[in-house]
Amino acid sequence: MMEVIGQLGDGVLMSLQPLNLALILIGVTLGLFIGAMPGLGSVNGVAILLPITFLVPPGSAIIFLAAIYYGAMYGGAISSITLGIPGASTAVATTFDGRPLAMQGKARLALVTAAIASFIGGTVANVLFTGFAPLLASVALSFGPPEIFALMLLAFATFVGLGGDDIPKTIFSICIGLVFAAVGFDEISGAPRLIFGDISGFLHGINFLVLAIGVYGIGEMLWTIDSTRGKITSTETKMSVKGAVEDAKYGMKKSWKGTTIGSFLGFFVGILPAAGATPGSLMAYGVSKLTSKTPEEFGKGHPEGVAAPEAANNSASTGSMLPMLTLGIPGSPTTAILLGGMVIWGLTPGPRLFTDQPEFVWGLIGSFYVSNFFALVVNLSFIPLFIWVLRMPFTILAAMIFVLSVVGGYAATRDMHDVWLMLGFGVGAYFLRKLDYPLAPAVLAIVLGPIAEPTLRQSLLLSSGDPSIFFTRPIAGPITVIAIVLILLPLLKVMFTKSKGNKPKDDGETLA
Amino acid sequence: MRRAEFITAGILALLSIYLMWKSTELEIGYVSDEGPGGGAWPFWLAAIMLICTGVIAYNAIKKTSPPSQSKEPLLDGYGKKMLLLVGGGIFGFIALIDILSMYGAMFVFLIYYLKVLGRHTWRLTLTIAVLTPIIFFFFFEALMRITMPKGLPFLEPVFNYLNTIIY
Repeated sequence: MMEVIGQLGDGVLMSLQPLNLALILIGVTLGLFIGAMPGLGSVNGVAILLPITFLVPPGSAIIFLAAIYYGAMYGGAISSITLGIPGASTAVATTFDGRPLAMQGKARLALVTAAIASFIGGTVANVLFTGFAPLLASVALSFGPPEIFALMLLAFATFVGLGGDDIPKTIFSICIGLVFAAVGFDEISGAPRLIFGDISGFLHGINFLVLAIGVYGIGEMLWTIDSTRGKITSTETKMSVKGAVEDAKYGMKKSWKGTTIGSFLGFFVGILPAAGATPGSLMAYGVSKLTSKTPEEFGKGHPEGVAAPEAANNSASTGSMLPMLTLGIPGSPTTAILLGGMVIWGLTPGPRLFTDQPEFVWGLIGSFYVSNFFALVVNLSFIPLFIWVLRMPFTILAAMIFVLSVVGGYAATRDMHDVWLMLGFGVGAYFLRKLDYPLAPAVLAIVLGPIAEPTLRQSLLLSSGDPSIFFTRPIAGPITVIAIVLILLPLLKVMFTKSKGNKPKDDGETLA
Repeated sequence: MRRAEFITAGILALLSIYLMWKSTELEIGYVSDEGPGGGAWPFWLAAIMLICTGVIAYNAIKKTSPPSQSKEPLLDGYGKKMLLLVGGGIFGFIALIDILSMYGAMFVFLIYYLKVLGRHTWRLTLTIAVLTPIIFFFFFEALMRITMPKGLPFLEPVFNYLNTIIY
């Protein structure tokens, strides 16, 4: 335990070095904007900005991107409350009570409660993370190919079982991401593979950033322009230090329970690969309402309805980093992109990071604490500025995102072929999204594909082609069984509801 | 959207079949002492994709998925216009990169987007359209040493001059 505290201390000091501290401040501020902008979430920001981080060392680059992730979790609440539309999917639940509060002229109360709940959620998650991460990493060190493949299977199974999206569409999305990851060369035989139309641009494979920027930069912007029809309006908010302090006291008194529920629930939901911050915050909202003495006030402007999801989405963002750092499996689309970034920076994600690159790992963990603190400070001091920027016409924002996407798509591989591919992915993603195809699984899959395929092949080579190797090993066995149960879960649910004579209902609302 | 759901499933099924066929260029069975062949992984994934498209189409017939219940078209008038103007604008942007360089194409795209689509004032449009490529140029070429496409030879003197500033 003392060792952990010592390493954490070193990590915090590392993140306070001038370069890292500056990157944290810039990252948190950018993240707040990105989170607050409708149509942009942490995943868009991290995907679009990853190509520009090659300038700084990997340890600083990931601190910067993690700070964006953190800031975005705070920022989402700003537009949920003042505009009535969630700045990111992670802040959907915040609109339920945040918007009614703003309409009653209590926007400041909602904003301050959201910020403080976010801070508490983040802090709880950081402490849990610091305790769990070294432990999990030391267990994971003994993992061989069958265990790693079983974990991959579990990651994809959670999307099928818990994602709440259309099942065949989810499975399709996972598989197409994995196939895209297989383009290029077959690692074992060295033969070129899936070179579509013999175009040489496919020989270097499909970079995950090309898909991620296509989906989250171009596809998502097209979808946002289409679905909002360019109409966004915001409410007035007056800020004063004295008023904010009073609101903070009142808000916390009313919502300490929701904040606590959100902080813990968010962390554990965040660890699950398919879940992450969006379902975490929705579940925290639901549980808070369920356990509240005044559930009828929820949805009409209860501070607890703002605090619970905000605590949860911050907590979940830290939670989703846990499997990324310790097992090499991302807990959310954003961490999937961070993981891809780590590979580009020449690091091998997984438990070995803790022993091979302790400075990198503990610097990042230390930065969580520092980022969380600065996100609170920057958020509270600049709320009026954020609201002013939110009034910026969407046509300016969209133009800048498209420019960043094209430039970022080129910078990732320096090949025009990939820029065209990115546009193709973007337009394809726009159509698929309109038809309810979930796209996050594809992005996760293209990052995990290069790990999943070799571990499967090595496992099958170990067992001379016998797939029972995934069931008979002591750690891989239970993981595989849980994964299969998760995949079968929706099927069982459908059969159960049918046998009761009811039509299967779409429950996508709760976990979407 | 039901028709769109159906057609999309059909297109994706064809894509899956193409991927399966393309995977067979490599060994898709088990090679002794080598494990599964190089084509096995994408082949079986594409096979699962094909099954999924079948289920998606079946759900569309049975009207059990939300898009297949929706009466709205996949693209209404606004959607079509948006895709043509915005998507077409990005297409033009990328197509111009090889001719006008990354920075020149960015300038043209920003003028198109801000003035034609956004109907902003000329002052705002020109400020953003001029400043953005300049900031990007110094950020990428000078700070990050990432060279962006420089377009056709007629732009060479411009970039030669700019390079004298940064090197």
